[in-house]
Amino acid sequence: MARFLVKRLLSATLTLFAVSVLSFLMFFALPRDPVSGMCPKNCNPERLERVRQELGLRDPLVTQYAGYMKGIVTGRDLGSAQGGRCDAPCLGWSYVTNEAVSDTIARVLPVTLSIVIPAAVLWLLLGVGLGMVSALRRGTWLDRLAIGFSLTGASLQLYFVGAVLLLVFVYHLRLLPVPSYTPLLDNPLKWASGLVLAWVSLAFLFSAIYARLSRAQMLETLSEDFVRTARAKGLTKPRVYGRHALRAAITPVVTIAGLDVGGALGGTVITETTFGIQGLGRTAVDAVRAGDLPTIMATVLIAAVFVVLANVVVDLLYAAIDPRVRLR
Amino acid sequence: MGEPAPASDPYLRVDDLRVRFDTADGTVRAVDGVSFAVERGRTLAVVGESGSGKSVTSLAILGLHDPRRTTVTGGISVGGRQLVGLPEEDVRRLRGRDVAMIFQDPLSALHPYYTVGRQIAEAYRVHHPRAGRREARRRAVDMLGRVGIPQPARRYDQYPHEFSGGMRQRAMIAMALVNDPALLIADEPTTALDVTVQAQILDLLADLQAEFRSAIILITHDLGVVGQVADEVLVMYAGRAVEHGSAEQVLRRPRHPYTWGLLSSVPSLHGDADADLVPIPGNPPSLIDLPPGCAFHPRCRYADRTGGRSHAEVPALAPAGEPGHLAACHLPADERARLHAEGVGRTGAAR
Repeated sequence: MARFLVKRLLSATLTLFAVSVLSFLMFFALPRDPVSGMCPKNCNPERLERVRQELGLRDPLVTQYAGYMKGIVTGRDLGSAQGGRCDAPCLGWSYVTNEAVSDTIARVLPVTLSIVIPAAVLWLLLGVGLGMVSALRRGTWLDRLAIGFSLTGASLQLYFVGAVLLLVFVYHLRLLPVPSYTPLLDNPLKWASGLVLAWVSLAFLFSAIYARLSRAQMLETLSEDFVRTARAKGLTKPRVYGRHALRAAITPVVTIAGLDVGGALGGTVITETTFGIQGLGRTAVDAVRAGDLPTIMATVLIAAVFVVLANVVVDLLYAAIDPRVRLR
Repeated sequence: MGEPAPASDPYLRVDDLRVRFDTADGTVRAVDGVSFAVERGRTLAVVGESGSGKSVTSLAILGLHDPRRTTVTGGISVGGRQLVGLPEEDVRRLRGRDVAMIFQDPLSALHPYYTVGRQIAEAYRVHHPRAGRREARRRAVDMLGRVGIPQPARRYDQYPHEFSGGMRQRAMIAMALVNDPALLIADEPTTALDVTVQAQILDLLADLQAEFRSAIILITHDLGVVGQVADEVLVMYAGRAVEHGSAEQVLRRPRHPYTWGLLSSVPSLHGDADADLVPIPGNPPSLIDLPPGCAFHPRCRYADRTGGRSHAEVPALAPAGEPGHLAACHLPADERARLHAEGVGRTGAAR
């Protein structure tokens, strides 16, 4: 198990290294001049040149990359124009927001986590639950209802669902406050009531996929020989379905869930925009619009970290679910 | 195997069993009026090609069909209890405790994610709710040892993929026997195994039967296996019984052309490998659209000798000469005896 973990973490680190090199090359080696993007007006050539020097853009690319990575690991000195000392993990200085990128991230990352993690729990429970029920009640009205629900979820867009929910629960029934982010530890109730619509709309759309997937997986598993064996042993139905069938059916769901959660943590742009919440996704979009390269670079890296981490978690879950995986 | 059992009520009695599946293409008559009985300590072999209804029969005895798509009629009496029409919960209590089953492919029949021992202990605990974890474990380890698995305590904690094919089937047998069932249904228990391992598993079943005095239904298409272990043989074709008798009668003096066909399509270890192999022409019929009359007539060499009856009338199981020997064929019994004697002379098929 320990070896398995070390191996997976090692390959995860390699992947992140590759992503960082690629994104660094893309953003810092683009023909577009990052400095004039940061300073669209009131910039004379001397000032631009000074900024270039401060940013280290005159250094060889390798030196720039090494400096950037060193900043992430140990922190570095960016010079007085960029806030001076930048502690690890230093992601650079943004001339657009006039703050260290790591401060921006520290502000918006909890927002995205608060949106995605509860939503993921909700959509997994809802999706797998619906899929199970419709598989076990195949052909009944319950099955049709679940299929209809998941078809609806799969065909709708988040901004539509979100807008309808906002209209009904916030502006019409006035049951919920206008969505906003309050840190969980400040006031858990406000935290939840401000985000619940985002959770519900994400869960509605995502659970559709999970309902279909787990229904198909469950139906396939129910025809497996080992399920017949479990029944032939005289096990009760809850035990046959819950322990024997579900555990085997859930494996592919775990894979998809890992990818989805990892991807969503990188930024839920549409959700954040629909509900007017400033998370990682909107920050990334704003940064792209403003040509704020250090922030773009940081959001890309963070998204990559989440995807890679999610994959490690999926691997670990796989090993926990399926004993045959541990051998490889 | 085993001595003749005392004349008692058979443990399992199946009367005019009919199993129908409703499918989009029509009604499948998977089993169409089959009757047999097995006493404790005796082995009945049910023989036939795939699709002959032998596995469906065994699943019906365990009540494992989907009740929404399947209609089961007739009588299945296990230890004096009528199973057809019994509530699912009552049938469940019998499953694994009074009637246990061994499946063809132990790799797919065991759950890949649970240890072998845990699966056996689970089978024990479900019928012994008061047994603790430790008692169930002890019992499972004990059973693993009894089916000839070395180091059973260590093997308990291993997964099915860490077992060899033969060991897996032994573990499957241990799981089936953990509750001392009075009836064991073995559905092609050796088909997925190497020939040498096959013999070991059959020996093991025979030993365990002598020990537990269980009734065994052995479902197989392998007549070599039948000769080794069966007391009685039921030959099925297209969901119906076509021949029924003692192993000696059915294998030595078969009285149905389909049984002849089965016997002559088994390679002999003694003669020329090819010379005496005569396959049955054609394929088993569709169970949705059975041929009229005798379902075997399109593949039967002798169907024309019955004056058209084979094409029109379903033959009933009728005495075929010796007591207890039944066959369902329109050919006169003496003519069948003569044809078989000639056939043996020509192909050396019967053994």
